[in-house]
Amino acid sequence: MADTAHSTTTGGASQTGNPVTRFFRATEIDTRMLGMVGALLIIWIGFHILTGGLFLTPRNLWNLSVQTASVAVMATGMVLVIVTRNIDLSVGSILGFTGMVMGVLQARMLPELLGFDHPAIWIIALACGLLVGGLIGTLQGVIIAFLGVPSFIVTLGGLLIWRGATWFVTSGQTVAPMDVNFRLMGGGTEGSIGATWSWVVGIIACIAIAVAIINARHQRKRFHFPRRPIWAEYVLVGLGCVVVLGAVMIANNYFWPVNIARRYADANNIAWPEGGLLISQGIAVPVLIAIAAGIVMTFIATRLRFGRYVFAIGGNPEAAELAGIKTRWVTVKIFALMGVLCAIAAAISTARLNAATNAQGELDELYTIAAAVIGGTSLAGGIGSIAGAMLGALVMQSLQSGMVLLGIDTPFQRIVVGAVLVVAVWLDTVYRARAK
Amino acid sequence: MTDNINPLVEMKNISISFGGIHAVENASVDLYPGEVVALLGHNGAGKSTLIKVLSGAYRRDGGDILINGAAADIRTPRDAKKYGIETIYQTLAVADNVDAAANLYLGRELQTKWGTLDDVAMEANTRKVMGRLNPNFKRFKEPVKALSGGQRQSVAIARAILFDARILIMDEPTAALGPQETAQVGDLIKQLKQDGIGIFLISHDIHDVFDLADRVFVMKNGKVVGNARTQDVTKDEVLGMIILGKVPPGATPGPGAMKVS
Repeated sequence: MADTAHSTTTGGASQTGNPVTRFFRATEIDTRMLGMVGALLIIWIGFHILTGGLFLTPRNLWNLSVQTASVAVMATGMVLVIVTRNIDLSVGSILGFTGMVMGVLQARMLPELLGFDHPAIWIIALACGLLVGGLIGTLQGVIIAFLGVPSFIVTLGGLLIWRGATWFVTSGQTVAPMDVNFRLMGGGTEGSIGATWSWVVGIIACIAIAVAIINARHQRKRFHFPRRPIWAEYVLVGLGCVVVLGAVMIANNYFWPVNIARRYADANNIAWPEGGLLISQGIAVPVLIAIAAGIVMTFIATRLRFGRYVFAIGGNPEAAELAGIKTRWVTVKIFALMGVLCAIAAAISTARLNAATNAQGELDELYTIAAAVIGGTSLAGGIGSIAGAMLGALVMQSLQSGMVLLGIDTPFQRIVVGAVLVVAVWLDTVYRARAK
Repeated sequence: MTDNINPLVEMKNISISFGGIHAVENASVDLYPGEVVALLGHNGAGKSTLIKVLSGAYRRDGGDILINGAAADIRTPRDAKKYGIETIYQTLAVADNVDAAANLYLGRELQTKWGTLDDVAMEANTRKVMGRLNPNFKRFKEPVKALSGGQRQSVAIARAILFDARILIMDEPTAALGPQETAQVGDLIKQLKQDGIGIFLISHDIHDVFDLADRVFVMKNGKVVGNARTQDVTKDEVLGMIILGKVPPGATPGPGAMKVS
């Protein structure tokens, strides 16, 4: 049969093609993902030149990472939603509502019960927020799966309902300030883990990358499957470590603002040094939360039955049903998960703003969907990756942040973001057509 | 195993209707181990509907299903699988976007002791099964979408036999395939037959199945016209059953047979 000619993609016999093709084949790096990284770098370097060297500074990149966190968290869930040929237009409103619930709890209700700045306040507020988010998602999922109302309609309704509910809770008033511990989730000087811990996290990540690759190789060896050439494994470990440690280095090169550092020095009786006191921010807590969400969601999507079912349903709902998969329950679980992720994003966003407002998360549903789609999630279903969606969120945020630095007005920002979305999906369509 | 007294499957007087239309009326078919039974009829004759009752996709309104002589309670595809009934659908019910191993184990994934997917073990078994069915098959890591029709069909069949199917239902197994791939599926069916698996072949095209089948059941307007051993009848006679409902001398007439007045 004719297929034997193509059968060596994972084999060691990849001696055909030019060196570049051979390199990608051996390392099994997804060229599509690489294209996205390339696009991101072009955007970054472009803005860096246009802004006269303002973009690629530790300070801006650090802010960029914090600003991306909230949408990136929701994008991880949106991938699963879109993969199963659904859509969730309500994520921004769920973010608003759960944020408001958490805000009211920690700023008004819990202090009365437990006293101001009680250490349990943040955890109770967060737990309630997650619960509310999960329940809203479950409710929407049940309506979609068991009552057969299209997800577009259910979540369009949700968009209005939960936004309205957000207003209703405080009659439109903004709730502030947030609990001291809760605020750590929003980043900032307090909500960052400092240089030492950032290095610890970075080194743990490097070890994890190495262990994962070694483990995968052992597994394949055990069953006598074709393996990557050994140099490709080294390249992958090396690349992973460089990226991780580079990111840590950048985060550690963004220092506390002078006045905060001075106050800190005064409070701790540290003599003010000549060049100023340089205290590293390190990785921000919301970024860690987003990365953790990404890892957990990737694990769910690729290592668990649930994730396998999500993709199978997206590929062929009928086949999944006939294979005995309880497709309706899977749908409910996806939307419940989406609700929980919205609540996590709400915690990040309210903590960062140090307030819960009734406009919080407006338009976030569109940015989340755009991030997932730019990240390679196919609206036709069945295709998508969590890492891609998070990268997509970073691309979107980079564009916005770059345009802010350039002083471009909000209306133009939206025009550009909208145009980029369309162009990105068009390019992806062209790429996929070629790949076949 | 050659004890042919107990049929593997006996569907007795099955009826099912949709909104007042009798899709299948009082139909009875049976299947013995190591036998290939073709279910023939025009589009809309009720053959697919009848067989979906057996595979658990539809619930029957009346009648009995006996597996190995014992009454079987089949309400969902899951129930059918418990009785060793596996179906390969006309539409090639595979999830296009995942690889062969994921399709083979869809709905019954192997898990490690931590509850995660045991992809390596699944791939190992997939390689074993596919090596037996289709030794040319090498594209284990690619989505099924990238495979040819024959390869997809062999994935679908591998999926069925991986779980020790006793009864295999193949709905238009070669409809989407070229001549070479059709021959390949034919070889596969002979191989499965030797393993003592009973096979229902469903087709509207007699040429696809006549040479493979041991017996044929013909359906027309939701009723069984009759059944015959392929060695006792000619293709033209069977065609007469399909088109006119006319039962030749070599066949056993059923409730749907043309009334000769």
